Amino acid sequence: MPDTSIAAGAAAGAIPAPVKDDHGIWGFSRAQFGALGLMIAFLAISPFFLYPVFLMKLLCFALFACAFNLLIGYVGLLSFGHAAYFGMGGYIAGHVAKAWGMTPELAIITGGLVAAGLGAIAGWVAIRRQGIYFAMITLALAQMIYFFCVQAPFTGGEDGIQAIPRGKLFGLVSLDTDLTMYWVVAAVFLLGFLLIHRIIHSPYGMVLKSIKENEPRSTSLGYRTDDYKLMAFILSASLAGVAGATKSLVFGIATLTDVHWSMSGEVVLMTLVGGLGTVFGPVIGAAVIVAMQNYLAELGAWVTVIQGVIFVVCVLAFRRGIVGEIGNLLKVKL
Amino acid sequence: MAIQRRDLLAAGAAAATASLAGPRSARAQAANTIRIGVISDMSGPYRDTTGPGSVVLTQQAVQDFGARGFAVEVLQADHQNRPDVGANIARQWFDQGVDAVVDLPTSSVALAVNQIAREKNKVHLNSGAATSDLTGPQCSPNTVHWTYDTYMLAKSTGAAIVKQGGNSWYFITADYAFGHALERDTSNFVRAQGGRIVGSARYPFPATTDFSAFLLQAQSSRAKVLGFANASTDTVNCIKGAREFGLHRQMKLAALLMGVVDIKSLGLESGQGLLLTEAFYWDLNERTRALTQRVRAKNQDRPPAMVPAGCYGAVLHYLKAVADMGVAAARASGVDAVGRMKAMPCDDDAFGPGTIRADGRKIHPGYLFEVKAPGASTNPWDLYKLVATTPGDEAFRPLAEGQCPLVRS
Repeated sequence: MPDTSIAAGAAAGAIPAPVKDDHGIWGFSRAQFGALGLMIAFLAISPFFLYPVFLMKLLCFALFACAFNLLIGYVGLLSFGHAAYFGMGGYIAGHVAKAWGMTPELAIITGGLVAAGLGAIAGWVAIRRQGIYFAMITLALAQMIYFFCVQAPFTGGEDGIQAIPRGKLFGLVSLDTDLTMYWVVAAVFLLGFLLIHRIIHSPYGMVLKSIKENEPRSTSLGYRTDDYKLMAFILSASLAGVAGATKSLVFGIATLTDVHWSMSGEVVLMTLVGGLGTVFGPVIGAAVIVAMQNYLAELGAWVTVIQGVIFVVCVLAFRRGIVGEIGNLLKVKL
Repeated sequence: MAIQRRDLLAAGAAAATASLAGPRSARAQAANTIRIGVISDMSGPYRDTTGPGSVVLTQQAVQDFGARGFAVEVLQADHQNRPDVGANIARQWFDQGVDAVVDLPTSSVALAVNQIAREKNKVHLNSGAATSDLTGPQCSPNTVHWTYDTYMLAKSTGAAIVKQGGNSWYFITADYAFGHALERDTSNFVRAQGGRIVGSARYPFPATTDFSAFLLQAQSSRAKVLGFANASTDTVNCIKGAREFGLHRQMKLAALLMGVVDIKSLGLESGQGLLLTEAFYWDLNERTRALTQRVRAKNQDRPPAMVPAGCYGAVLHYLKAVADMGVAAARASGVDAVGRMKAMPCDDDAFGPGTIRADGRKIHPGYLFEVKAPGASTNPWDLYKLVATTPGDEAFRPLAEGQCPLVRS
């Protein structure tokens, strides 16, 4: 990926980010550990003063954005079709929970597995190309999945799968109250988040980063970069599927919105606003975008305009995203 | 760079705080307030026939109801024709103390919200959605389906066109619950009268704006009638496209759901002679003209369309039921409030006297109109000539045929 990596290098070169990379606790630097603590504290107390359903939506999108960030932030692959895995995870979970009566944890796992399968096929095709071609192939494959969802009988077309039951966790704990559901969603999110963190800081993650920085060099060092990229793609797709599956259980509905290409655009926006290649960036980005959609809904069509403006401002004024800029200001890596 | 990054950050943070703080204040609720939320299409293809007009007419109903010892607050939101968006808004509103949601055009959204209203035991006053499933297999004790439905449209418009000799049909159908229901119900009537269905083309909603491919498919079908099982802007675009291709010379165009706003944007020149069915027309009688007089200035100087008029009728009747049973009781249970609405006879300026059936179906007459020729129209909104009136007890699907689980035979 010579052209994009040079561009990225130039952008980073213009404003050099001082980095303190001390691997303190569980692979987190001290600053990251502090941020993680803050996040967990927020997760624990927020449902008591914020609307739980809104928080659950936020967490689902945060996990989705984290999964997407795993690809773009750490491997440098811009997938423009991640909505397909997110949406398909939702449809599958909805279907197995409603039609087959699966318990929620099995439904979520099934959604993630199907998304992983799709990711394996799409990734196998797409990773052979770089840059814009990679993005276009992922988009094309996602559109195929979208039209499959429009026509397939089990998705209900434009109506979606409605009235998906939340069911009972492990067949024991009823998830009908929002607060119980919230704890499950928070746990799913936290597991996904820590898994991604673990992946990034493993030796495997180091290879991914080296591919991002300079792929020919990694190849010359003896790494089969295609295999690494494919594995990252599958991991990212399956986590996106888990996020989608969780979302469809929360809202009891799975629709075409989640497989539409504009959802793929939205997750790019979340990751960019929050901060590309930062651990916490996608979470903050998702929070900003979802909060905007929720609290500005009364402005109707203006929400999209405001989102566009924010995107432009982000690109013009703080290119590293919210978390990236904060990290830069405090001279830490978040 | 001219923009100071720090200023921007500060402004962004301020905006974020303001937006987080703002709508929360609406949460503070007086026990003596009834809160009604209008969920409608404020930005998509149904905006002109529902959306802002429904808000205006809901507010008018509150105003005409007057002060009777409790306050009424009206909220509004845009569901963007997406079932998930609509369901989220309804869920959030119900959790935050909204007592009733009104309008809900777009059948897929209506069916999704129908579930939520039932789960949370609130009130769903539907005016905008057409699917007859709302009072059929998916009927709910929390729902009143006020204005019209696909069965009524099919029976009135569909049957009238078959009588004129249109006995082979091709459909262009919006591919979601509403289009399917309208095509199904119309097909049943056509077949019952000895006609036949040649085929149908289904297009993705709301993403389609160019209908030429579907129109050409229809042209090659050689059916006598081209039925549009869609609504609003889509229907207008279809009819315009059909005229451009010269389809109107080979086949009869049947718009199964059309209203004054659509005819206005189509123009009498293109629209003249079309048969259509409505449950409300502003120039129908003294009472509808009086209502039009009251709201016209607030409604962008337009007379009310059918769906907003339905919001007026439904909200007015709901408020009467609330006054009758007391605010606390009405707020406590949506089933009880709807039960009271069904027990009381309805009467309002838009629809005149009527009743609500056990399955939630509001009963009033259906009117078959013919669009006037440009020469016959005396003022800019003088668009229709009344052709036939179907009395209320015949206009809608018989109670026993709806398969509504609430109805025990």
